[in-house]
Amino acid sequence: MTTGTLTPATRGPRRVDPSAVVARTTSRSSLQETWVQILSMAWRALKKMRRKPEQFFDVLIQPLLFTAMFAFIFGGAISGSVSDYLPVLIPGILAQTALTVCMATGVQLREDMDKGVFDRFKSLPIARIAPLAGPMIADLIRYGIASVLTVVTGLLIGYRPGGGVLGVAGGVALTVIAGWSLAWIFTWLGTMARSAQSVQGISMMIMFPLTFLSNAFVPAETLPGWLEAFVKVNPVSHVVSAVRDLLNDGAVTAEVGWAVIGCAAVVAVFAPLAVRSYSRKM
Amino acid sequence: MADLSAVRADSLVKSFGDFRAVDGIDLHVRQGEIFGVLGPNGAGKTTTLRMLATLLPIDGGHAEIFGVDVRREPHRIRQLVGVTGQYASVDEDLTARENLWLFARLQGLASSRAKTIAGDLLERFDLQEAADRPLSQFSGGMRRRLDLASSLITRPPLIFLDEPTTGLDPRTRGQMWDTIRELVMDGSTILLTTQYLDEADQLADRIAVIDRGRKVAEDTPDALKTQVGDSTLQLNLAEGSDTALAADVVRRLLGEEPVLTPESGRMNIPLPDPDRAADVLIGLRQAGLGISSMSVAKPTLDEVFLALTGHGADDESQMKPQMEAAR
Repeated sequence: MTTGTLTPATRGPRRVDPSAVVARTTSRSSLQETWVQILSMAWRALKKMRRKPEQFFDVLIQPLLFTAMFAFIFGGAISGSVSDYLPVLIPGILAQTALTVCMATGVQLREDMDKGVFDRFKSLPIARIAPLAGPMIADLIRYGIASVLTVVTGLLIGYRPGGGVLGVAGGVALTVIAGWSLAWIFTWLGTMARSAQSVQGISMMIMFPLTFLSNAFVPAETLPGWLEAFVKVNPVSHVVSAVRDLLNDGAVTAEVGWAVIGCAAVVAVFAPLAVRSYSRKM
Repeated sequence: MADLSAVRADSLVKSFGDFRAVDGIDLHVRQGEIFGVLGPNGAGKTTTLRMLATLLPIDGGHAEIFGVDVRREPHRIRQLVGVTGQYASVDEDLTARENLWLFARLQGLASSRAKTIAGDLLERFDLQEAADRPLSQFSGGMRRRLDLASSLITRPPLIFLDEPTTGLDPRTRGQMWDTIRELVMDGSTILLTTQYLDEADQLADRIAVIDRGRKVAEDTPDALKTQVGDSTLQLNLAEGSDTALAADVVRRLLGEEPVLTPESGRMNIPLPDPDRAADVLIGLRQAGLGISSMSVAKPTLDEVFLALTGHGADDESQMKPQMEAAR
């Protein structure tokens, strides 16, 4: 760039032409643009995961610790022996781990939203769903790691799934799908809550009843009638039963269908809620 | 019909609870100019900008940018405006290059094109050497430059700069000013907020002075400065002096109204011409009035405020906690 002689006219073709830009604007992102934006946000989340490996603490420790602990503590009391309990327990732990990962999704989104860079995301012409859905795609890795680790821990302490390789693959896949779908609830909470701590607190209050008031760790029939009634409508119970059918029998039962329908329903309700609450929080 | 305004905002209103942060502000920014919004902390500058940038819902009034309705077409507005905030809105966990690449991708540029633009901007803003270092090692000035670079990826025709130089050292400040001037030469329109009169004076073609959510003046920097006098003679009269008599002397000699603080014997006198300071001093001596100290100062934001609103800019600092609570 030379000095002095530089007048707007001499820069000619490089000049910004507002009316041309106005003419090019669109009133919303197309589906394809939205997809690219979601993938870009997923790329960002992956970069952050690589730079902050401590984020993986929950998905590494919980499967190892809880699987072994629950198996040896409850095994004898509930099923008579550890090896008899494992087919009941492993699907339960899978569901519990998936819920824990979901919870982290909401908490991390909330933390992220407090950062300055979210001001920029909001000021850019991008679909409002992209900053929410992007990290959730990256989180698929976390669900995957957690599920595989749970199954491996189970195998190490003597679990022999009757469903074989295909059954196990199906069970893990269903866990990942369920985790991803339920994460929309926590993402919605993340966009609503005032702070990351409050997301954590509310999530705990949701997660504990959902996992323990289900058939994840004990057979529903042993519970008092009123509790059994709740356990039977608890969506987590359906996911657990479906995963059990897949892992232990390799069977794609009606439960699997209900679990998938349930997951789809959760996404259909909570994804729009989350996007709406995020766009309002400008 | 082509509307030549870059920004046309009429009686904008924003309330946080009972507190009216923006209370009916009109702004008309012409294409290709630098328009400065001048005011102290908490006056409503940032809130106004955030409403125009679709970052805050508009509670009342109407705003158009290049003829596009801000409330009805937020997605279009976001394609027209580049926003650089008071606090750098870049991702602390990514490198400078990754930040620019991400923002470019998000705005629909192909990966290779995004890479090229990121490289160009890093070079233009003198950030190549630090491009792949974590942002935690960046100085305040580098962050600001990266933030501004991030706003320019798609070369938006309108750029919002919210206090672009607050907290920067004088050298970095000068560089930022040069960059802003270059942007205008490229054909962009700039709406900037600032707390510093000299910054508005250096950069802006026109200035709106904002106070407590209202616009109290709008003019060219020169016209505004003429209103408060180019310089100010600050006098502290010797103890026990008659300030009223001193004020009479000044009025007689300069035809200007001095601003008095009788308790401390202090007097601020607008000086159309610094050369007249001697006249005042001689006049005071002849009237038998002593001086304990004196200085000649260029007008500050405080004086502009005093002249325009009758109260100082400092009064406003008490509004700040309220504003932050509302955010």
